[in-house]
Amino acid sequence: MRFAIVIVLLVIGSLIFHFVSPWRQTPIASNWGEIDNALTITFWVCGIVFVALNLFLAYCVYKFRHRKGLKATYEPENMALEKQLTVWTAVGIVVMLAPGLLAWNKYITVPDDASIVEAVGQQWQWSFRFPGDDGVLGAVATENISADNPFGINPDDPWGIDDILVDGGELHLPIDQPVKIVLRSNDVLHNFYVPQFRAKMDLVPGTITYIWLIPTRTGTFEILCAEYCGVGHYVMRGYVVVDEVDEYESWLSDYPTYGQTIADAAIEIGAP
Amino acid sequence: MSYSTIAEDTRPLHHPKTWVGKYVWSQDHKVIALQYTITAVSVGLVALVLSGLMRLQLGFPGMIQFITPEAYYQFVTMHGMIMVIYLLTALLLGGFGNYMIPLMIGARDMVFPYVNMLSFWVYLLSVIVLMASFFVPGGPTGAGWTLYPPQAITAGTPGATWGIILMLASLAIFIVAFTMGGLNYVTTVLQARTRGMTLMRMPCTVWGIFVATILGLLAFPALLVAAVMMMLDRLIGTSFFMPSIISMGEPLAHSGGSPILFQHLFWFFGHPEVYIVALPAFGIVSDLISTHARKNIFGYRMMVWAIIIIGGLSFVVWAHHMYVSGMNPYFGFFFATSTLIIAVPTAIKVYNWILTLWRGDIHLRVPMLFAIGFIFTFIHGGLTGLFLGNVSVDVPLSDTYFVVGHFHMVMGVSPILVVFGAIYHWYPKITGRMWNKMLGQLHFWITFIGVYLIYLPMHYLGLLGVPRRYYEMGDTDFVPASAQWANEAITVAALTVGVAQLIFFYNLIHSYFKGPKADPNPWGATSLEWQTPQTPPVHGNWGPTLPTVYRWAYDYSVPGAAQDFIPQNVPPEDMAQDHETRGPAVVEE
Repeated sequence: MRFAIVIVLLVIGSLIFHFVSPWRQTPIASNWGEIDNALTITFWVCGIVFVALNLFLAYCVYKFRHRKGLKATYEPENMALEKQLTVWTAVGIVVMLAPGLLAWNKYITVPDDASIVEAVGQQWQWSFRFPGDDGVLGAVATENISADNPFGINPDDPWGIDDILVDGGELHLPIDQPVKIVLRSNDVLHNFYVPQFRAKMDLVPGTITYIWLIPTRTGTFEILCAEYCGVGHYVMRGYVVVDEVDEYESWLSDYPTYGQTIADAAIEIGAP
Repeated sequence: MSYSTIAEDTRPLHHPKTWVGKYVWSQDHKVIALQYTITAVSVGLVALVLSGLMRLQLGFPGMIQFITPEAYYQFVTMHGMIMVIYLLTALLLGGFGNYMIPLMIGARDMVFPYVNMLSFWVYLLSVIVLMASFFVPGGPTGAGWTLYPPQAITAGTPGATWGIILMLASLAIFIVAFTMGGLNYVTTVLQARTRGMTLMRMPCTVWGIFVATILGLLAFPALLVAAVMMMLDRLIGTSFFMPSIISMGEPLAHSGGSPILFQHLFWFFGHPEVYIVALPAFGIVSDLISTHARKNIFGYRMMVWAIIIIGGLSFVVWAHHMYVSGMNPYFGFFFATSTLIIAVPTAIKVYNWILTLWRGDIHLRVPMLFAIGFIFTFIHGGLTGLFLGNVSVDVPLSDTYFVVGHFHMVMGVSPILVVFGAIYHWYPKITGRMWNKMLGQLHFWITFIGVYLIYLPMHYLGLLGVPRRYYEMGDTDFVPASAQWANEAITVAALTVGVAQLIFFYNLIHSYFKGPKADPNPWGATSLEWQTPQTPPVHGNWGPTLPTVYRWAYDYSVPGAAQDFIPQNVPPEDMAQDHETRGPAVVEE
């Protein structure tokens, strides 16, 4: 009796907690509504199953509790019932899986008109690189990284000269324009995570990964590292600022191209 | 099925003659099981204390001076690795597997008793090596329990000098121990079953442990090679997992390796590992529910096949841990599908546990409380797995507290509730004494309610977006101040549950000396371990003759029988007699 009541109370408590808890998803700021929809469907399907199974469990615990003279039924199996349960479970699985896979297909398929920006992770800070006027990021290599060339751009690659380098952990993006963010790490695994964008992907040294999204509202959002990267993991923060297009362009024009940084370095060295 | 003569070994048993032979260098599966259990529980207590320290930091940041970020990450790492490998795997297979397999299948011992003994001592060595890392310069590794390179072996991660080496060495040693034990369990189940004990008459407990052991034998080698390869990267400068990177501003000499290769190897082990822990728990809880509901496990054949299918599928779902790892994104379609398919046989098991209660005669004794508590926590943990398995839904939740809440519910809390239930269930057979019922109930209620208070809110912190493995959140715009209240409340609940385990240990230790003498079969169970001539069972288990099995392990409440259970070794013609008038439980031939 007591146990059945506790199970019912836990179910009711979980539902109340679900609806009144102040800890729920942040307001979305990207085009990934499909992910939220798939999540909502999953919540409904799983929520119904959670409530139904546990209430049935509570009913059994109450109804068939031991009393004097009660004898259990001898019923080794019921194949018809098991088949039915299997089919209904499979239906529930399909209802959740289908929207999940459709959203994933979109998540990994970058539209052709997406602009490119690179996010670089290094213990424990973020920096960013825009491709410049040619729209192509120059080749990079870890071996090229030095104090004068923190991005490791190949100085002989003509595509790299006009790349715009943004140090300091703040990235601006124009609103309503698809952007492919290519991800690169110079040392260990990191993860580019902006809760409001819903998107997330690891940075893996030795290879390039990507996410894409369309920012849908202006504002400043935190970038968190979501893949453990050593003792400074929890302080590896950055910001994404989603701007109107002209503000974005004026922000970007303040940063030097790679070519300019080489020229500046040469002047410094050449100066008497 | 033909009868294997190995089960009826007629050679005289060599009983140990000295105290040391009996309790230290013992080859008796029951003593080895207790050695495994005591070692695993002891090291598990270390991990429990570490989790308390982590919770103190998260609930009350900065309150305890010595919990620096380095220490916090070391606690995270050691807590995870100890709990998964050195506690749960060792306890469920080395402990319960060792104790239960020979008794439940009617054997005198494991088929290789000497190897069995070695298995324990090598396991103990692995534990000692792991614990030694607390005392080396730099302390234990703080690489996270997944040990992802490159950070696991580069500066910037605590314990990258000595701790990681000891961790990898300890894992390799553990795998040697597991392999010796595991080959033994599998061979014993296949070769040493007594007359009449067909595979489809084995209790679910044996099935769960048997399939889990096969999974372990196939999965642990992947971890072994990963550990050896990382050790080579760390010690002699190979580049299996190390691309060309800079560390602390300096380029390292590695080039060309793949960090994702390690993740594939790790999770090729790591996902079956979830089932290495879960399947024995599934099996044990099936038997607890059936025994205390006085009803056969519902759909026994489906339950066995579900264990086998889950075991098989567990090898093709590993990359669902890696949806956002940067692996080929098209893998996501396959692994999401295979992962959600595995939910079907798992759901069948849950239905059948509840359907076993349906029209049963439910005795809410302490083991049964834990078994039903398990059904609740496992439903919760299983369902949240559907969020994380479903590739795109995983994207916002991955690496957040949702994951922490999920895996603690499904493979922390759930198996541990089964372990508690199992210990209360078999304690009277193992010690010959009965525990205190009031203390057992108190232990259950605090633990069951407490763990839900700990882990339910974590899912919602994760939904909000709070990342895991953060020493502290600091000022983060999207995290409201109320999230800190959640962390404080979780910490209070966690410490309460942690301290409440003292009730359990007090109950077991006190009852061992002062508890009332237990009936040899206090629950009226059918399986063979309750039918031994002595309680506790002695070396050799069965006296002069092995039992003969005539029926499955679930003849409860059979219509027309004199009492509500018929032990497996009762011949059909004796069904109408009850337990008392039948005399000694061993079948006379």
